[in-house]
Amino acid sequence: MATQQSTSANPKVNYKYRRKKAKQEMRQHVTSFALMIFMTLIAFIAVMAGFDKIYVYPILLVLAAMQVVLQLYYFMHMSHKGHGTVALFLYSGVLVAFITVLTFVTIVWW
Amino acid sequence: MDTQEKFTSRTWPESPEKTTLEGKNKFLGFWLFLGGETVLFASLFATYLALKDKVPGSDHYLAIDMYELPLVFIMTMLLLTSSLTSVYAMYHMKNYNFQKMKIWLVVTIGLGLAFLGFEIYEFYHYVHEYEHTFTSSAFGSAFYTLVGFHGAHVVVGLGWFILLLIRNTNRGLNLYNAPKFFVASLYWHFIDVVWVFIFTVVYLMGMVG
Amino acid sequence: MSTVAQKKGFLAVLWDYLTTVDHKKIAILYLTSGGFFFLVGGIEAMIIRIQLAVPDNNFVSAGLYNELLTMHGTTMIFLAAMPLLFGFMNAIVPLQIGARDVAFPFLNSLGFWLFFFGGVFLNLSWFLGGAPDAGWTSYASLSIASEGHGIDFYVLGLQISGAGTLISGINFLVTIINMRAPGMTYMRMPLFTWSTFVASALILFAFPPLTVGLFLMMFDRMFGANFFDASMGGNTIIWEHLFWIFGHPEVYILILPAFGIFSEIFATFSRKRLFGYAAMVFATVLIGFLGFMVWAHHMFTVGLGPTANAIFAVATMAIAVPTGVKIFNWMLTMWGGSISFTTPMLYAVAFIPSFTAGGVTGVMLASAAADYQYHDTYFVVAHFHYVIIGGVVLGLLAGTHFYWPKMFGTMLNEFLGKITFWLFLIGFHATFFIQHFLGLMGMPRRIWKFLPGQGLDMPNLISTVGAFFMAVAVIVLLVNIVITQVKNVRVGNDPWGDGRTLEWAIPSPPPFYNFKQLPLVRGLDPYWIEKMEGNTKMTPAEPLSDIHMPNNSFIPFVMSLGLFIAAFGAMYQVSWRASEGESFVWALPVLIIGMLITIGAMAVRSLKDDHGYHIHKEDLLDDEEGGRE
Repeated sequence: MATQQSTSANPKVNYKYRRKKAKQEMRQHVTSFALMIFMTLIAFIAVMAGFDKIYVYPILLVLAAMQVVLQLYYFMHMSHKGHGTVALFLYSGVLVAFITVLTFVTIVWW
Repeated sequence: MDTQEKFTSRTWPESPEKTTLEGKNKFLGFWLFLGGETVLFASLFATYLALKDKVPGSDHYLAIDMYELPLVFIMTMLLLTSSLTSVYAMYHMKNYNFQKMKIWLVVTIGLGLAFLGFEIYEFYHYVHEYEHTFTSSAFGSAFYTLVGFHGAHVVVGLGWFILLLIRNTNRGLNLYNAPKFFVASLYWHFIDVVWVFIFTVVYLMGMVG
Repeated sequence: MSTVAQKKGFLAVLWDYLTTVDHKKIAILYLTSGGFFFLVGGIEAMIIRIQLAVPDNNFVSAGLYNELLTMHGTTMIFLAAMPLLFGFMNAIVPLQIGARDVAFPFLNSLGFWLFFFGGVFLNLSWFLGGAPDAGWTSYASLSIASEGHGIDFYVLGLQISGAGTLISGINFLVTIINMRAPGMTYMRMPLFTWSTFVASALILFAFPPLTVGLFLMMFDRMFGANFFDASMGGNTIIWEHLFWIFGHPEVYILILPAFGIFSEIFATFSRKRLFGYAAMVFATVLIGFLGFMVWAHHMFTVGLGPTANAIFAVATMAIAVPTGVKIFNWMLTMWGGSISFTTPMLYAVAFIPSFTAGGVTGVMLASAAADYQYHDTYFVVAHFHYVIIGGVVLGLLAGTHFYWPKMFGTMLNEFLGKITFWLFLIGFHATFFIQHFLGLMGMPRRIWKFLPGQGLDMPNLISTVGAFFMAVAVIVLLVNIVITQVKNVRVGNDPWGDGRTLEWAIPSPPPFYNFKQLPLVRGLDPYWIEKMEGNTKMTPAEPLSDIHMPNNSFIPFVMSLGLFIAAFGAMYQVSWRASEGESFVWALPVLIIGMLITIGAMAVRSLKDDHGYHIHKEDLLDDEEGGRE
């Protein structure tokens, strides 16, 4: 009943290759972790520095969006293939989420 | 495919979480659930934004008077690091190294517990220093509901990891429990995604004004 | 299997249904409990119409009237229409895509029991101090002020059943994405499966806002929060937005599966391939998408400003386009077809003008400026009953007749079916057509009584008489069901003779494993293709081999029961009459015990492995020989 994933037809043959690839990917993860820490630092510093909110708000939101993209595509493996349906539904959710938030900051009477 | 089958690190499939049909279903179903959770948290964020600093009188403290950025920074670092450690756990899961996976999951749980401790302290602090409670104003209700929902997700995630570890501690990895570990770690990452928006939208933007 | 089932005692059957994870049995559970709540909601509607039959009537008191109208709406939407649709989805969708079960049989059962206990909890309010009385929309300022525990029943009951709905929605999505038979591509899926797919996606994104809204209401009413209390900085518009961000997709969640049922019926009884299949699929997806962009048309008079009103008005009118595409495609499916007017087909044909009438008034209401006139009048009542009864209920009745043989293995009587149809159709139009004019004359909705001599007497009386026609029609349907099941004349695979999709290629009712061998799908309407080539059954896509099946489980029932118990605790830990000495010391322990039951059941589920079992090849072969006569 279960259908075998065809990515590794014979795991014994490409075992070494897989190990290497996994290691490489792990390195990517560590890099994205470092980037995320860095972006968090920038965000906190931008606020502490006391710039005007017209400048800080966009910076904060862009940094947050970038962090989330790193989380989703690297930590949660959305960069791997076979995530098409996942992406479709996740982005549909993000669209509804965006409209909801937009509504509540514009048309709730104040 | 027999889900009880014993593997070696060489026969272990590349994507053990998606090798069986049950695993594939679980994987997709959980991602869809996260799509729904996105909307759930969006509704909470939206409510918070609509009610931010909405208090009945001028004697109430506002966001800018209360939030403790150093505390939030530590919490952010803890949760972010726990996200990395759970990635390490999954790395070892895919390499069929059960012992290392367990170690990294235990580290993740530890970091999660530390986060939770700080959050409880933070709430305690706001309640006692600023009389900012769940019932004191609409702002208070919205703040504790949003951040509390996230905290409840952390609790559920921790409970999930712990149950999985207890159940499987002497069994090693197989195609029955690999998808469960994988999905639990997805949940943990999602909790971090939500936190990214909480520290940005609630705390940082709250401090800017 | 069926002979074994008949020999089982009542308790054994009951236990079987309490623990079942089989989608066909869960479908029957949904159909029965949804049908029961449909009758309850119908009785509430009849009382409303009796009260409004003559001016200045005192059949029920004003307070009771408010409870009745609230419970009528809530019951019909959440506890009747949705479960009945879930019943057909469960019964038919796995068969249509050639699957042996849904993706998560355990969660399927959990979804049902959550709905069931939520519904029972909500309706227990009648016996425990009064039902909710703030309308099915339960607008915050009103519902926060409502005394007694009525609104608490609404909040907790819907929270529990809403969780069940969300679970079922995810389950159907995964089933349709992952479990299709070989050859069943997306663009070969029957329209009912497609509409289930889109409706489930809507559930996934629409129910979380309701969940949040209900939580906020619960916190306000039971835990002292201030989300909707303006004196504490709260804002009642938040509830309206959250409710309608859920509420508008909700009506598409209801209508899309009904569209799907009608699409199957039109193609089957016109003996023609559905006209414009790809356009139908696209229209379904588009309606689903636009369904999220229009909710504020329920709030035109709130004062959101002309820009917001204009955007939402235009988006709302845009929905008429894909819906129009569908209407024309159905008519062109019939065009030139060899039509047989069976009961389901009668419903389908009657659906087109009835639903279109509701759609047209929808466009009228979408015009924001005009809506200031129509808002909160009987014109709105007429409009949404035209789309919901003319669309959803006709679809459910059609589906009942159409799929009854597949679900129960017997055929409902066609003569009685047609009597039901005519009584219902006449009654429906008599009840609601005239309400358009009542609304335009200025009769507000939700009023308890009206005064004589204002031109409202005769139309209201006609409306009430129409309602009685519908009631009689439902009674005839029930009689039909009883007669059919008592006679118990078994039917074969394809009782209508013109089945096109996979479900008609297997026995009625199907064996518990559905397909002995998964079928090979060679195009749209796979069974019709095989028939046209002279084959009597589907070509198998796999050799006969062992089938993996899930084990039955009692845990879903226990989990849901725990929440049901906890809900009583959550509700009674707040006392509305504390000044009169009413207090419930047992409430908090009950809340904790209930939650412990649920959490304990979840822990048992995760700690105890459940690998299911296998039906062996030999037993499948035996089954075949036993079935051969």
